[in-house]
Amino acid sequence: MRTIRSMRRESGYGRPATRRTRVVRSGVAAAGVLALTLGLSSCGKANPYYSGAPNTVTLPVAAWAGAEANVAVAKQVLEKKLGYRVKTLQMDEPVAFDALNTGRADALLEDWRGVPKKEKKYVEELKTVVYAGKLGVTGHIGWYVPTYFAKKHPEVKNWKNLPKLKKYFQTPESGDKGRLLEGSPSFSTYDDAIIKNLDLPYKTVYAGSEAAQVKEMQKRAAKKEPFLTYWWTPQWLNSKIPMTEVKLPKRTKGCDAVPSKVDCAYPYTPLAKFMNRDFAENGGKAAEFLKKFHWSTEDQTKVVKWMTIDKMDTDEAAAKWVKENPDKWKKWMPDK
Amino acid sequence: MSTTTLPQRGKEAAGTATQAPEATPPGGVRGLLARPAFMGFLVVVVALVVGAVAADSGTWPKALTFDVKGPLDDVSNWLTDNRAKSPLFLYFLLHISNWSEGGVDYVFTFLNSLGWLGVTALATAVSWYVAGAGLRMRSLRIALLTLCTFAAFGVLGLWDYAMATLALMVLAVAVSAVIGVLLGLVAGLSDRGERVLRPVFDTMQVMPAFAYLLPLVLIFGIGSPAALVSTVIYAAPPMARLTALGLRGADAAALEASRSLGAGAWQRLWTARLPLARREMLLGLNQTIMMALSMVVMASVIGSGGLGDKIYQALSKDNVGMALVAGVCIVLIAIWLDRVTAAAGDQLEAPAAPARVGGDTGAVSLEKAIGWLAWGAFVAFGALGALFGPIGERSWPIDWTTTVSAPLTEGIESFTGAISDGVPVLGGTDVWAAHFTSWVLNPMREAMQAAPWWGVLLLVAVIAWMVGSWRAGLTSILSLSVIGVLGLWHKSMDTLSQVIVSVLCTLVVGVLIGIVAARSRWVMRLIRPVLDVMQTMPQFVYLVPVVALVGVGRPAAILAAVVYALPAVIRITAQGLRSVDPAAMEASRSLGGTAWQQLRQVQLPLARPSLMLACNQGVVLVLAIVVIGGLVGGGALGYDVVYGLQKSDLGVGLSAGVAIVCLGLMLDRLTQSAGSTGKRGGTK
Repeated sequence: MRTIRSMRRESGYGRPATRRTRVVRSGVAAAGVLALTLGLSSCGKANPYYSGAPNTVTLPVAAWAGAEANVAVAKQVLEKKLGYRVKTLQMDEPVAFDALNTGRADALLEDWRGVPKKEKKYVEELKTVVYAGKLGVTGHIGWYVPTYFAKKHPEVKNWKNLPKLKKYFQTPESGDKGRLLEGSPSFSTYDDAIIKNLDLPYKTVYAGSEAAQVKEMQKRAAKKEPFLTYWWTPQWLNSKIPMTEVKLPKRTKGCDAVPSKVDCAYPYTPLAKFMNRDFAENGGKAAEFLKKFHWSTEDQTKVVKWMTIDKMDTDEAAAKWVKENPDKWKKWMPDK
Repeated sequence: MSTTTLPQRGKEAAGTATQAPEATPPGGVRGLLARPAFMGFLVVVVALVVGAVAADSGTWPKALTFDVKGPLDDVSNWLTDNRAKSPLFLYFLLHISNWSEGGVDYVFTFLNSLGWLGVTALATAVSWYVAGAGLRMRSLRIALLTLCTFAAFGVLGLWDYAMATLALMVLAVAVSAVIGVLLGLVAGLSDRGERVLRPVFDTMQVMPAFAYLLPLVLIFGIGSPAALVSTVIYAAPPMARLTALGLRGADAAALEASRSLGAGAWQRLWTARLPLARREMLLGLNQTIMMALSMVVMASVIGSGGLGDKIYQALSKDNVGMALVAGVCIVLIAIWLDRVTAAAGDQLEAPAAPARVGGDTGAVSLEKAIGWLAWGAFVAFGALGALFGPIGERSWPIDWTTTVSAPLTEGIESFTGAISDGVPVLGGTDVWAAHFTSWVLNPMREAMQAAPWWGVLLLVAVIAWMVGSWRAGLTSILSLSVIGVLGLWHKSMDTLSQVIVSVLCTLVVGVLIGIVAARSRWVMRLIRPVLDVMQTMPQFVYLVPVVALVGVGRPAAILAAVVYALPAVIRITAQGLRSVDPAAMEASRSLGGTAWQQLRQVQLPLARPSLMLACNQGVVLVLAIVVIGGLVGGGALGYDVVYGLQKSDLGVGLSAGVAIVCLGLMLDRLTQSAGSTGKRGGTK
């Protein structure tokens, strides 16, 4: 949990308290909480939307750095300026939707619209999750090659030339086909369908995690070797390894309606925020703030660059952004 | 008496070139040919090869599969739909999740409110007390270790993460211990209880934890609840087993004495049986703590938070140094808890022995008094510090931290870069991995997937017959059939080929190192700390260096598995070789045997049971990491489990998990019965 570094600087429990009263209060709370939870367990109905202590906001963080930056900045403001305690949970998009449904998490700040089924079920059918506006960042998924390769072979930018170029992308894992490197299973991908429907001599090879995918790309890039990968913007690695997109067939209406029949490029997605309904309605200032939270791709990329390339601690990077951009986050503050 | 040695076994395995070389028969070559089982084995192998060539695909027939994905998806839908409605949730399951969420939260806030000084003082004082108090070397050393461990959290800038991990650990260990003792009481006091519980514990131990993470997430919710429940499932069995063992092993005379003094059943349990079993129970607690720690870290994939989370996030930002630092903190926690519980165990053995000698009593109590005084002052200082003063901050002061992760990352990167393709002539690990994939992994996978399914079943049955247990054979065939029925035959054969290669590599390397370590104390002393660290270091930490060495794909998964399983194999081999009867060694030496002859003809044959145990442990450990392999391109079943977890897709995740468990049961039973019949020369 990246919760907590900031909590040392200021009390995170609603109103300010001296250390002495806090210790005493914790002692009393100890007995209280134990008695309460034990009492609850022995009889009676459980609260199905319990997400920990009051005045705590629980935010899921997806595995990629951009999502981490959103949450870190929101956390800085929520803890330092609004007096909440923020708990972060490491989880991927589909799981985060489940958590929003159960109330285990309060708000998801960066959704790539990659789980339409769950979105439909929770937002439209069960009405436990609500849409909470745009994040302000636009995401795009696609097939990418490193720019140094695209300069040498400009024809790679058109998907129709991929069969001719497959020899550059062959690896032992993909056999006599070219390799299309994939990332974590949690990413939304139609690549197997696209390969099949466009009849390309390529094979998807799943790295299994973003970490493994990034490492493999860096390894290849260090030797200036060609590779073809499922990739996306905004992404922190792009400033280290410039990437060029391979244009897939133009999108037509409904070309990606049926997952197994997709044969076109991925869309440009305005990333969205979602909230647990209960939190959205009764979450007070925290909910209001998170609904207003809206920043640009440049801002996000800046924080991510500090976190990754400059190897700054996530919370430090967020604190730096908050310090440098008061005009931006002040707009997100709840009305008095 | 069998004279089989390892090289021969290897030859047989290579000669038959089949799917399961780790379970080849014992007995000399001529003896083998005379045995009907071996003839059967040969016939099956021939049939397999013919079948593989004749048929275009050996996959389990579609007609015999049963679609489990549909029903499982229904279950998963039902769970999400009824969370807030069904009484099962409202009156039972949700209490568990809310209680664990609240409990972990509470412990964390409590640790925070103590302040860093308070936590450190408390932990140090408790460790010191448990290790026997007083001013003796041992307890002081433990206290110092505790102090250093907690200081390390702070200095490395991971105080808060360490506290989050400890909070979960405190609760998980407490619950596991209580449940473990209760189950242990059942198994230890009632024969029927033991019969019922033993297979349950067995299964729990071979089952890779990842297999049951997903259903738990769906039932209890992401984060601490699922993490807590999975940790308890994983960590309670050793406590239960050892409690039962202790209860059963109680001295009959002592029990009789207690009975003749007129103690009732409860009294006897309370005053005689449990106290007599406390040594085993403490050992159980030690193991429970170690297993809980590894699970708490692994549970970061389902949002348990803490140090595991730090590792996971550091990896996705390509910050290996940070991951390593967090890993070191976990190793420190492990060493600290291990030493403390071990010291507590010794304390039970000899509770302040000198106190019985009349003259020393005064000195001992004086020493104790001084000790208490010193610690009282220390704790008071900690408490005061926590209440007032600038050092009373809740978390370690930020000015006292150092950043070692950046230089570490650079160091690791330049090192892996150098040996991945910078080795002159030999090419480097990257090139080897490519050859390994093309010449070993690909042909092996193709052969196994092409082999007809009925042939594989027959082969397993014959192998089980040869190693001498029809029960093992039945279990194995049933397990394989379940895999087929689930429709995962193709993928399972892929995974099985990787597992077999990993186990073979582990055994070859592990036994070689084990032999060297057994022959030289100096080597053993040198590698022991390395083994300790390898065993406690969370597997996530070496995922990225592994990819840096051999690239994404199956070699990376296999390398990770070998690294993970190696320490146990080395340990067991070295232990087995060293405990060979010295008389036998002496006899062979006096007959003029050279060191090599001694090893080949005396040590290895006599250490056969340990070698088989090493093989069995290797199999279990390699299977446990198959899922982790899915994170670096291992594909097949491991990938499916990861997919299921991250997409919360019960149909894919759980059926792949079940298939891994089935593979585990099969390999475990085969290697286990091979080990247990080994002593009798493999005859039935």
